[in-house]
Amino acid sequence: MAQATSPIPETALPSAGLTANPAGLSRPGALAFITPGLILIVVFLAVPAAWTLYLGVTNYALFGPQASHPSFVGLANYAQALHDPLFLSAVVVTVAYVFGSAVVGQMVLGFALAWKLRQAPAWMRQPIETLVLFAWIIPAAVVGFLWATFYGPPPQTGTLNTVLHTQVNWLYQFPIPALIVFNIWRGTAFSMLLSGAALNTLPPSYLETARLAGASGWQQLRDVVFPSIRGTLLTNLLLITLWTFNDFTPFNLTGGAIPGATTLPIYIYHEAFEFSLFGLGSAMSTIMLLINLIIALGYLWVLRRTAR
Amino acid sequence: MAQVRIEDLTVQFSGGTRALDRLDLAIEDGEFFALLGPSGCGKTTLLRTIAGLVLPSAGRVVIGDRDVTRLPPGDRNVAMVFQDYALYPHMTVAENIAYPLKVRRVERSRRQEMALSVGASLGLGELMERRPAQLSGGQQQRVALARAIATRPDVFLLDEPLSNLDARLRLEARTFLKRLQGELGITTVYVTHDQAEALAMAHRMAVMDRGVVRQVGTPVEVFQYPANLFVAQFTGSTPMNLLPARVDKGALTVGGRRLPFPSGSYRLREGDRVTVGVRPEYMDLSTVERHDGLPGRVAVVESLGVTSLVTLEGEGISFQVVVPENRAPRAGERGWAVADPARTLLYDDRGELIRAF
Ligand SMILES: Nc1ncnc2c1ncn2[C@@H]1O[C@H](COP(=O)(O)OP(=O)(O)O)[C@@H](O)[C@H]1O
Ligand SMILES: [Mg+2]
Repeated sequence: MAQATSPIPETALPSAGLTANPAGLSRPGALAFITPGLILIVVFLAVPAAWTLYLGVTNYALFGPQASHPSFVGLANYAQALHDPLFLSAVVVTVAYVFGSAVVGQMVLGFALAWKLRQAPAWMRQPIETLVLFAWIIPAAVVGFLWATFYGPPPQTGTLNTVLHTQVNWLYQFPIPALIVFNIWRGTAFSMLLSGAALNTLPPSYLETARLAGASGWQQLRDVVFPSIRGTLLTNLLLITLWTFNDFTPFNLTGGAIPGATTLPIYIYHEAFEFSLFGLGSAMSTIMLLINLIIALGYLWVLRRTAR
Repeated sequence: MAQVRIEDLTVQFSGGTRALDRLDLAIEDGEFFALLGPSGCGKTTLLRTIAGLVLPSAGRVVIGDRDVTRLPPGDRNVAMVFQDYALYPHMTVAENIAYPLKVRRVERSRRQEMALSVGASLGLGELMERRPAQLSGGQQQRVALARAIATRPDVFLLDEPLSNLDARLRLEARTFLKRLQGELGITTVYVTHDQAEALAMAHRMAVMDRGVVRQVGTPVEVFQYPANLFVAQFTGSTPMNLLPARVDKGALTVGGRRLPFPSGSYRLREGDRVTVGVRPEYMDLSTVERHDGLPGRVAVVESLGVTSLVTLEGEGISFQVVVPENRAPRAGERGWAVADPARTLLYDDRGELIRAF
């Protein structure tokens, strides 16, 4: 290649020793720095995870003889979970909740907002962004109360019924759509921010070149925008999928008392804490963990395939 | 191929910046036209307005016989090469070149064929399957050119396409681009802040300043007869000597010295204040006293390779002379700078060129 490069003076190059140990720490010194972090991770992450795995193969309970002397029951808890129609229905509710609110709702709406607001004048963009962000930063307990009031059933009719002049018990009659709408409202800000940040990395000339060629808005998205920020969009999708899958906030709306709105975390909470079946609850948690793992591996696979 | 006419064009941005101010310009069919001016004078804005990426607040843009002022960019049949080239990193060179054709629904085999032939004609034949990240700056620039050419635009818009190349490559690319434009004959508008580039490449050029055109002409006209002090200062590889003078009994008083008038006759009155403009290249340095020379003491000598740029300090003024390398004086020596009367210009008190008749 014809490009001339100016030679770098010898002294400007870092020596090999410096690159290997930029902070100049000895090995024991470095260990001393990371030990507190490692201890925290082990105590609060590794031990509970291992403990859950262990409990899943016992009949451990909160009270009674099994509390002091749990016995080993093999895979019986797993078998029970997989034959429990309520457990399976909770899986279905969760998948619908995740797909509807995270994958379709937050992702699509968040990206669409970021894309549209990019060209909008500041007086329009800033209030919308602030509003969307508010939904995200309000504490979950407050949010639960707000939405319980919003969906409030007759006779003490909630906001939605008042506005629409209806007498609908939204959470009972339309549990999944109600939760999906709620979670889109709650979580869109994250996708909007992440998409917006990714769009900002896109040189304007990319889109202008496409416009000069005559590309429509959709063609610009398909040919230029999505391929350029695919990595960020996939990472966003992975994060919101996992968060929504494990989301416990619906409990704040339903109190866990609405069968059609019982997601997996809520059902497991019931089994473990209300019926005191820790063994069964742990087995179910492990199944949930496996589902999460499969989702994560799936995303990583797609990410790696498209990163080429 | 088409003529481009800019009529009374004003672009005012929402922040209040008036980037173009009632600008008129006519660019001929097949012409290589350079827009030259300092950073921030509105060159890019003018180019983007022709492309349709900026909508003017007033005025018209006419390409060929179509008024395109309100047409979207894609309907104007113009192609633009951006300063950063805007190559898509996820596409190969061939896909990049073929992309505008794909948007225009040219059939796949046909557009591959076109991309290949344009790529080959720009010396990219071996690189068609590479990604932009695997190319040198010069190669990337040619891919961007190829992508623009492949659509056979009526007008070619180039925004400082050489500024990301290093100095040597820039010279090569300059020659390459000029030859290419000559072969294709596509009307080309070329934005640059580098006066040497504009002089070297353009058939005609416009010198811009704060949203207005200060002079339009061939490079030779602009270089030899800058229409005003702004153009005079902005063009030329060394700054023009601009010396305050006064008309005094058929001669000019400059720095306490009476010098003869430049060639030609001028409508000037006794006592008029003017500015004498002469490029250092058009001055000669004498080591013996000359009655038509400006005396001074050599302050700095800068070698330009084949020539040397000599700065002299005179009576309250300083001026520069370009001399052949073998005649470079030493600092501290006395010298007399003699202007070529045929190349000496006079500017009036508003900074406009006074034309001889
Ligand atoms: N999108 C924009 N919004 C507001 N001001 C702008 C915009 N683009 C350019 N300007 C302003 O318009 C003027 C001309 O800019 P530009 O055409 O880019 O100059 P040049 O290309 O000659 O350097 C500058 O003062 C610049 O700050
Ligand atoms: Mg510019």
